[in-house]
Amino acid sequence: MRWQIERLPAPVWFRAVIPVLSIVVTFVLTSGFVLAVGANPIEAAYYFLLDPLANPVRLIEVLVKTTPLLLTGIAVAFAFSGGYWNIGVEGQLYMGATAATAIGLQMHDTPAWLALPLIIVGGFLAGMAWALVPALMKVKLKIDEVVTTLLLNYVAIFIVSAILNGPWRDPISQWPQSPEIAATAIFPRLIPRSRLHLGFILAIVIIALVWFVLNRTAFGMKMKAVGYNLEAARFSGIRVDRTMLLVALTSGGIAGLAGASEVAGIHFHLIDAISPGYGYTGIIIATLGALNPIGVSLAAFFIGLIDTGSQTVSRVLGVPAYLGDVLQASLLLVTLAMLLLQGYRLTWRQRGQAPQDGRPVE
Amino acid sequence: MESILSVTFLAGLIAATLRVATPLVFASIGEVFTERSGILNLGIEGIMFLGAFIGFTAAYLANEAGLGGYLWIGLLSAILAGILMGLLMGFFSVSLGVNQHVAGLGITLLCTGLSLFGFRMVFGERAVLPSVDPFPLLSPLNGMPILGDILSQYLLTFIAFLIVVPLSWWLLNRTAFGLNLRSVGENPEAVDAAGLNVFRIRYFVLALGGALMAIGGAFLSLAQLGAFTPGIIAGRGWVCIALVIFARWHPVRAALGALLFGGVFALQLRLQTMGFDLPFELFLALPYLVTIAALALASRQVSYPGAYLKPYRRE
Repeated sequence: MRWQIERLPAPVWFRAVIPVLSIVVTFVLTSGFVLAVGANPIEAAYYFLLDPLANPVRLIEVLVKTTPLLLTGIAVAFAFSGGYWNIGVEGQLYMGATAATAIGLQMHDTPAWLALPLIIVGGFLAGMAWALVPALMKVKLKIDEVVTTLLLNYVAIFIVSAILNGPWRDPISQWPQSPEIAATAIFPRLIPRSRLHLGFILAIVIIALVWFVLNRTAFGMKMKAVGYNLEAARFSGIRVDRTMLLVALTSGGIAGLAGASEVAGIHFHLIDAISPGYGYTGIIIATLGALNPIGVSLAAFFIGLIDTGSQTVSRVLGVPAYLGDVLQASLLLVTLAMLLLQGYRLTWRQRGQAPQDGRPVE
Repeated sequence: MESILSVTFLAGLIAATLRVATPLVFASIGEVFTERSGILNLGIEGIMFLGAFIGFTAAYLANEAGLGGYLWIGLLSAILAGILMGLLMGFFSVSLGVNQHVAGLGITLLCTGLSLFGFRMVFGERAVLPSVDPFPLLSPLNGMPILGDILSQYLLTFIAFLIVVPLSWWLLNRTAFGLNLRSVGENPEAVDAAGLNVFRIRYFVLALGGALMAIGGAFLSLAQLGAFTPGIIAGRGWVCIALVIFARWHPVRAALGALLFGGVFALQLRLQTMGFDLPFELFLALPYLVTIAALALASRQVSYPGAYLKPYRRE
């Protein structure tokens, strides 16, 4: 009798434990950084994981932080599911934010029932437009979309800062920030005296729609087939180029929504720090959520928790808030490694007894 | 307005082109090595950033401690950090065989977070950016008109163009090591069958690549700036990924691509001062757009290494 490791799917309960295990390993691995600044890692873990949930006010603030992450996370997950490596969510978000601001500035005489849909559609279209060129280059010229989408992020941010230092520069303060959008264009609050806004509902609706498209439509089947094996999908008669183009544009549109939602829901004007890297965090969230809409929602909430906690940890314990970034990146890498454990199971077996799949015992 | 075609303008432009191209030569050749062995290392942007941070911080602390060769201590520390991150990428892409896109981006995010965290930890919040006296410019042809100005460069620039480029070409194309490396990237099964260790070769190449990427980053903080800023790399790592495809995985063509980017970058800096009525940010965006355009032009001839993105498993 002895323990042995076999190449078999891990038991279901273990697969559910993997995220928890990943979080624990991540906190243990990064505790050295907390110690290095002379703080207590257990205390830090408390501020990261539990303190933000301690009362409703703080919990709502976590949901505020989660809102853009839900959108960038699902934007990335949707693209990755279709085999399109859209790393340009950051730039597409900036373009969505710019379009939303441009529309919001013109809405002073427009009622909210018209202004809000215009902002939302405008943000979506702008994100889509920014995703168009790399998507076309991918399907027409076979140019790797990873590079082009990444490089366009920098171009997008340069354009935003050119606009903020030029036509939209605040004439009084000289700050690089746009004038405030019209009151009718501001997303309504979901809970009075909180910052939770319409964008949160929008994000949930988008995630539900993505779930529906992925799991209940022919297009979802096709795009997953392309994502799984492009050549096989082409061979089976799927119009791969068209599918990929649609996936890329939709992903860009959702990213644009994230920008529109931050402008209309939180800032009310455009600033060049509209996103502290939500587009890149979206990649972490999509991976942690296993590209699955429900997983993405949970992962976005968790990252929102860490984002909120990193501010507290910085204020209370004097640990630089960048620890949050280190934690998120470590969690991504640890999860990548831990997910491999899904393919194995530990069994207690008598010597010579055949394993379940009938292969001889090694 | 200064004439674009004046000799001093051109000499200055060429000199600046070489300077801007230097970090890209180091890092893109590092990436040529890793991709030739079949591994896309998207950790490049982060490893350059970490190299810039570690290089600067080690140099700063060594200088505080009164050590003479503090810049070299910085450079060496950056190389070590780059090697470590290359090996970490190896752990994920070679040993575990997980998705290289996600692992590489994870390494970039980790290096970025670590550097920003470390910088705040070591230096706190300061009103004045900490700095060190950077590497000096060497002027081997001092006094000579034009050529003397063009060749007034940092030692690392001379090393990049006169040693790293030819040496990496020789290593890849004229040595047994290069042959093994390329074979691992094309057909790892055959290399394994021939009795060579695929895993060891890939780990070694990733460490070498990481070192070169870190030198590229450290050049910016230790030679060009003498300081570390959050925007110090600003996507140069991603530019290198593009250059490697543009160069079709050839070190000499990668250096030419780096010169193209350097040239456009140096030119836009000069155009900014020439009184065009355009926001300077649009000039800054130009090198990135030219990189994308170059990629589009080169796209017809691109063929990826056979085992690109494929983890090797011994079954």
